[in-house]
Amino acid sequence: MNIIVCIKQVPDTAEIRINPETNTLMREGVPSIINPFDLHAIEAGIRIREQLGGKVTVLTMGPPQAETSLREAVAMGADEAALLSDKAFAGSDTWATSYTLAQAIKKLGSDIVFCGKQAIDGDTAQVGPETAEFLDIPHISYVKKIEEVTDNTIRVQRLMDEGYDIVESSLPVLLTVVRELNQPRMPSLKGKMAAKKAEIKKMGITDIEADENSLGLKGSPTQVRKIFAPEIKAERKMIEGTPEEQVDNLIKELREIKCL
Amino acid sequence: MPVIVKPDKCTGCETCLDSCPFDAIEFKDGKAYINEYCNACMTCLPVCPEGAIIETEPGTRNMEHRQEIADYKDVLIFAEQREGKVASVSYELLGIGKKLSNELDTQLIAALLGAGEPEARELIKWGADKVLLCSDSGLERFNDDAYSGVLAQVINEYKPSIVLAGATPIGRSFIPRVAAKLRTGLTADCTSLEIDKETKNLLQIRPAFGGNIMATIVCPDYRPQMATVRPRVMKRGEYDENRRGEIVHVKVENPVSRTKVLEFVKEVSGISVNLHEADIIVAGGRGIGGEKGYKMLEEFAEALGGSVGASRAAVDEGWIPYSHQVGQTGKTVNPKVYIACGISGAVQHLVGMQSSDIIIAINKNPEAPIFNVATFGLVGDLFEIIPLLTKKIREAKGL
Repeated sequence: MNIIVCIKQVPDTAEIRINPETNTLMREGVPSIINPFDLHAIEAGIRIREQLGGKVTVLTMGPPQAETSLREAVAMGADEAALLSDKAFAGSDTWATSYTLAQAIKKLGSDIVFCGKQAIDGDTAQVGPETAEFLDIPHISYVKKIEEVTDNTIRVQRLMDEGYDIVESSLPVLLTVVRELNQPRMPSLKGKMAAKKAEIKKMGITDIEADENSLGLKGSPTQVRKIFAPEIKAERKMIEGTPEEQVDNLIKELREIKCL
Repeated sequence: MPVIVKPDKCTGCETCLDSCPFDAIEFKDGKAYINEYCNACMTCLPVCPEGAIIETEPGTRNMEHRQEIADYKDVLIFAEQREGKVASVSYELLGIGKKLSNELDTQLIAALLGAGEPEARELIKWGADKVLLCSDSGLERFNDDAYSGVLAQVINEYKPSIVLAGATPIGRSFIPRVAAKLRTGLTADCTSLEIDKETKNLLQIRPAFGGNIMATIVCPDYRPQMATVRPRVMKRGEYDENRRGEIVHVKVENPVSRTKVLEFVKEVSGISVNLHEADIIVAGGRGIGGEKGYKMLEEFAEALGGSVGASRAAVDEGWIPYSHQVGQTGKTVNPKVYIACGISGAVQHLVGMQSSDIIIAINKNPEAPIFNVATFGLVGDLFEIIPLLTKKIREAKGL
């Protein structure tokens, strides 16, 4: 079983603050992490390998420093790691990113491709399904449980609005996963040693035989026109006093607005 | 790089450093340079006091695949249905779709898959000029392969300039496949859509970086311009019992699929998780301290007749299940009353609840950003305030 897990190195958005004077992001000192959903994707890949054998390859597209995230994935238990890095990939939107990842996955070969549901910086959730389309394989989004995997089929639970679907697919398939799927393991000591020594396969434009016009900014249909701080508006009334007084006054207000 | 720093002009003042939303500016030997993270958003250009940051290749965009833009005219919405019933987000799409099609002076088309004529007629009453109806029984249940194939087919035939779908589990799963097939742009989870007065292009506005910033996205050279739209953000259009429109039956040849839905399992937990429908939401954050705090919130919500929501912090700690999460990576809600208990108010939470009619914030930290969006604010210990509040509400209601 060849399993590929696509991961992304992202800034920890929970740590990001806005500079109130310039209305810009303050990213200094914000740690780079593996996108949290992708940790569950890595875990899922490792568990299937443990059950059926084969190998898990982690794949990321990004600048050279994304290598640290690949090594972390190897420390968790991935067998191989590949870094898609080329100046030609810069400025890719989800269309161009998916095209590029798909070209690399075709080279690496896969039975199951795992992605996190979405990355916490862009929050688009588009790269998984778009990559599946470029690979011409089916995909299942929001996988919350893997019920059964055989050499040529898989049955999973897909999270929907008011419950879940039980979905079956042939292999190869691409799955995007949600947090409920599993508890990602911590790197073992042995894993950390392996991560240090691991050879990172570097892939650029010629390695994936990509159409140059479909890459990076040039290949991206969408453009970012403007970035701005979200508007926040409110008139606020503070309710003060002892807890007893606060509660009584709040109840008065709740009556006023007919909440009581 | 589409954007570079002229080293002779750069003074190394670092003013530009924080302006970049993509972390693409670095300093080496006292000079700024742009790394591979650059998205060419041009935010940094006017920030530089020396004018040292410039756009290098404004003409390098790829025009080879560019579609004949003039051929693409109408606004098309994907009308989502579940179990034969049109989902409420579809009516919201008709609302915003009507606004856009009026501005562009074009038709508003709805594509309805796997439902019947009565549902199609409803869409017309809600604003559609034309409904493309595909009643094939193979489309009654959502399926990525089949849905993306059929939608791509009708888009190729009718050539709309704009395609909108709900940013629901269904829309967000299969619409990307459609965009990939059509070689066009797709913007996820938009919270605002406008027409650019000059270019007539669609301005697609959405939160990014966990809701910390907003971005305006355009798709100038490819058609259609596609976007998924966050549910419960857009207003429904006007319902007109007498509105007339056309229903076109679309034929498809046996929609095929490589995946198969075996069963749908409905999950409704004890206390209402249906935050979308709730008039009152009592939400807990890190300040509730643990599962015990969650119990206290449940009792409070029960007394008020509301539902329980949560911030990401409380969910990440494992105190409240994910299905309760409100915010950028959870649900977007707009109840009449939202009571935030021990929630500091990170932007990623605020984007999910700030359109609530009335926001009540209870927090021990008077500096907490949640108070900036609150209608009423109470600074204090929620373990004192909430039990007391619950007791008095029960008394008032005679419970």
